[in-house]
Order: sequence, then structure tokens, then C-alpha cells
Amino acid sequence: MIEIVFRRCIVVLPTLLIVSMLVFGMQKLLPGDPILTMAGEDRDPATIAYLQEKYRLNDPIPVQYVAWLGQILRGDLGISLRTEQPVLGLIVQKLPVTIQLAAFAMIVAFLIGVPAGIISAIRKGTAVDYGINVVALSGLSIPNFWLGIMLILLVSVQWQLLPASGYTSPFENIGQNLRTMVMPAFVLGTGLAGVLMRHTRSAMLGVLRSDYVRTARAKGLSEKTVILRHALKNALVPIITLSTLLFGELLAGAVLTEQIFTIPGFGKLIVDAVFTRDYAVVQGVVLCTAVGFILMNLVADLLYIVVNPRLRDAA
Amino acid sequence: MTAVAHVQKSPLGRQLAKFAKNHAAVAGAVIVGVFVLIAIFAPLIAPYDPVQTNFINVRKPPSAQFWLGTDELGRDIFSRMVYGARASLMAGGISVAIAVIAGVPFGLLAGYFGGWIDSVISRLIDAMLAIPFLILAISLAAFLGASLTNAMIAIGLSAAPIFARLTRGQVLSIKSEEYVEAAQVIGLRHPRIILHYILPNSVPPIIVQATLTIAAAVIAEASLSFLGLGQQPPNPSWGSMLNTAKNFISQAPWMSLWPGTAIFLVVLGFNLLGDGLRDAIDPREY
Repeated sequence: MIEIVFRRCIVVLPTLLIVSMLVFGMQKLLPGDPILTMAGEDRDPATIAYLQEKYRLNDPIPVQYVAWLGQILRGDLGISLRTEQPVLGLIVQKLPVTIQLAAFAMIVAFLIGVPAGIISAIRKGTAVDYGINVVALSGLSIPNFWLGIMLILLVSVQWQLLPASGYTSPFENIGQNLRTMVMPAFVLGTGLAGVLMRHTRSAMLGVLRSDYVRTARAKGLSEKTVILRHALKNALVPIITLSTLLFGELLAGAVLTEQIFTIPGFGKLIVDAVFTRDYAVVQGVVLCTAVGFILMNLVADLLYIVVNPRLRDAA
Repeated sequence: MTAVAHVQKSPLGRQLAKFAKNHAAVAGAVIVGVFVLIAIFAPLIAPYDPVQTNFINVRKPPSAQFWLGTDELGRDIFSRMVYGARASLMAGGISVAIAVIAGVPFGLLAGYFGGWIDSVISRLIDAMLAIPFLILAISLAAFLGASLTNAMIAIGLSAAPIFARLTRGQVLSIKSEEYVEAAQVIGLRHPRIILHYILPNSVPPIIVQATLTIAAAVIAEASLSFLGLGQQPPNPSWGSMLNTAKNFISQAPWMSLWPGTAIFLVVLGFNLLGDGLRDAIDPREY
């Protein structure tokens, strides 16, 4: 068991290393010489020389990379050009807002996607199944930033029910916080609900054909018990595992959702950084997202071993 | 014998028949077809010049003169929508072509040769897939500079690992087929085996994935243009139209209604088409 956990952890290392190389390589894509841009209009040779020395640009690229990686490993993701704050600090400061949004969106996605998937699987091939599939596919096809604009138009402008944008910390005013989170969470959650519905449907279809469900039915158990106690319980394992893979989609969706609803989270941080050419922040956000995704997959993998007795015994 | 051969359909014929019976897939093909025609014949369909400003007719609601209304600079929204179809479909098509061209060769190499080549390519795929598609595309577009061409490159490169991984998996299963082993035994060279025996048999799932990825790429282009990283003004794209429209939600709601509906329809069309192709090609039940 410990050996397999250790082995899984080791496998992740080369992937993390390549992610770091990709993120480092991004700055080399920049057109023009960033030092000339940083040196300002007068392009004083002394300033240019100082900056080249400071950013080690005279060194060969592999040396630059190793120095950069060393910095990253010490937790130094650089300084934001715009706010002059450490990038890591900025990310840590914005992350809780996005985590709250992502958690609410996940709740919305589960509340819509899982029941819809179950009904669709039970009623396979009927008009209900067909209808749910069309709705799910539509949910996947709507650009979430447009859905956000339409909701603002309807709920905030026409009906004046909820604030169109802005964010209040839950520690400041929980009621206001919830009011500002409802629409963004719905927008972000509906797209994922479509994905979850499809996963749930296919997981349920697989389970409903299995021997133990047939046995449960043969025992004369009610259909409700068969579905909820026997089928769903087993179908949930792959559904939950797959949901960890939705983490990436959640973060990507948060970028645009936060932009529409002006929520000061992780996604808005990267967009603002892109516009202000604050490349250290862009790199920092990409790096943290990728590392987070890889670690979440690792945790999901390990949890899967822990909850699945067959894998555990094999380990 | 010949009679039997006539009765039995070829695999392609069977797949086409299965596709034609799937109403949703046919609807998807029709939606995509209509938008492709609109994009091709844009100059014939659009009643006005899409970039011509007209300050007498600023933010006019839909009317007989301007079917879908006008925008904040008095430009005809219908004409901009028609030309916007070009940007969206071109971005979808070209970025997926970039993804296929960049991804498939790596998948072929990794799957066919295995060993350290596979290890290196697979780790690279894992690393790229660890960065969410849109975040990778936004960052690449930011570093490359804001333009429609760079947005297409950014989207294409971000989607490339999907094709590399898919092709690798296909090659692994095809590699152990008898005809490939036979080709190896008679001493055919690797490039010939890869291009003549393995690649053609990997194509169907790549086509399905490409169709579904066009849907994602159209949304990605709209997202990048919405953020100001794609199509640059005054040229129209549905995403950039929404970017301006969001500032006039209460004064001119029609400005945001149409571009979003168009994106939704095109993406739905490609998703329906892709799902239908997958069901026709893939014999599995779900």
C-alpha cells in the first residue's frame, strides 16, 4: 500500500517538471525584448545592463531556467509589475473567493446533473431521456459568459432581484455575499451540470446492467431501493472521481464568470494581469493551476485506491 | 456470392445509414451547414458594410431597416453577425487543424515506438493537459499578442495534447493487429507502416474528436475575443460583439442577444454532429 502510494507520487514529479518548463518557456514567446520595454523610453544602457543582470538574461537559457526553478521552489513566484506585491501573496489572497464560487457551482452542478442523469438512465430511450440529453447538450453549448449577460439582463435589470455584479466577503455580510454569489454559481454550475449528467447517465447505465442489481430486483426489492441503495451507491464512485477532473473546467469557467460579475477572484486576477501585461502574475496563476490540478488528480487516484478494496488488496 | 456482396453494406455505408437515422445528428449537420453557407456567402447576404459606422442610427432596436438593430456606432448588427460567422468558423476550423497537425504526429510516435519516446511525449501531454484549456489559451494569446491569428494558434496549441493522447491510444490498439505485425515481419520501413497502415485506421476517432473540439474552439475564440484577445475592432466576431454589448445591457439588450444565440447554435450544431458521428462510428452503446 505505502509502496504504491509512493510510486504514484514519484510518477507525478516529471509531469510537474515539464509544467514548470512550459510556464518558464511562455516568457520566451513574448515578442520583442522585454528588457527594452522595462527600461522605459530613454533606454539608458546602464539600466538595461542592470536589468539584464537582475533577470540573468545574459546567462544561457538552461541556467536561467534552473535559477527560476530554484526561486519557485522557495515559494517565490516573482513580483507583480502592477501592484508590486509578491505574486504568491496575490494568488493566496484571491483564491478563497474562487474556491467559494467553485464550491457553490459544484453544488448547483450536482443538484441538477446527478438527478437528471439518474432519470435519463432509468428512462433510457424514452422522450424523457431524449429531452434531458438535449437540455444537457444545450447547457454544454451555451457560452457561460453570454448566459451571465442574459441573466444580468433578466434578473438584475428587468426584475431587479439580485445585484448585477460585485462581491462582499462572507465574513462581512453573509446575506449580501450569498446574493452576489447566486447568479455566478448558477452560470458556472449549469455548464458542469451537463457534463455531470452525461457521466451519471453512463455510470448508471453500466451499473443497472450488473448482476447485483439483477439480484436485488429478483429479491423483490422495490425499484426505488434498487436504484438508490444499490445502483446509485456504486455509480457514485466513478462520478465523484470524474468530478475531480472537472476542477480544471471550473477554474477556466471562473475566469469568464468572474469577469462578467466583477468578482475579485483567481480568474479575474489572470485576466487583469493579461491586460496590464503583468506576465509574472500570468505565469504564477498558470503554474498554480497546473500544480493544483496534478495534485488533485493524485489525491483522487490515492482515494480511489483507499476506497476500492480490490485495488487496495492488490497494492 | 456477388449477390451477397451487393446486399451487405460497406462499413462506411452502414455508418452513413446509422448517422442518417439519428435525427439529432442530422439537425446538427444542417445547423453547421447553414452557418458555413452564411460564412461563405457573407458579402451576398449582408445588407450593409459590417464596419461602416453611422452616427445617425446609433443603438437602434430591430426594425425593417435594420433587422437585428444597430450597435453603439450605428453599425448594422445583422451584417456584423453574418461576417462574424466567418471569424468564428474560421477560428474553429483552423485552430483544430493546428491541433491535429501538432498533436497527431506526437501521438503516432509515442504509440508506435513506445519506450523513452513514449515516456517523454506522454509526460508532455500530461503537463499540457494539467493546464485548463481556456487558461492555457488565454495565457498563450496574452504572450503571443492580441489578434485573431494568435488566438487561433493559442487555441490550436492548447487543444493539441487532446489529439496526441487520442492518437497514442489508437496506435497502441492498432499496433498489435495482425496486418501491422505482418507488415513489420516483411520488413517494411517504420514511416511506411505508420503512414499506410496505422494512420488511416486511427482517422475515424480523430474526426469525431475534431468535430467536438471545433465546438470547444468556437467557444474559446468567442471567449478570447470577448476578453479582447481575439478579433480586433472594427472587424466583427461574435465574441468581440458581446464584449461591447455587455456595456449596453440595459440600453440595447438586442446587442447581446444575437451574437450569443449564434455562438450557442453553432456550438450546439457541432456537438450534435460530433455525438452523431461518434455513435455512428463507435459500436459501443453509450
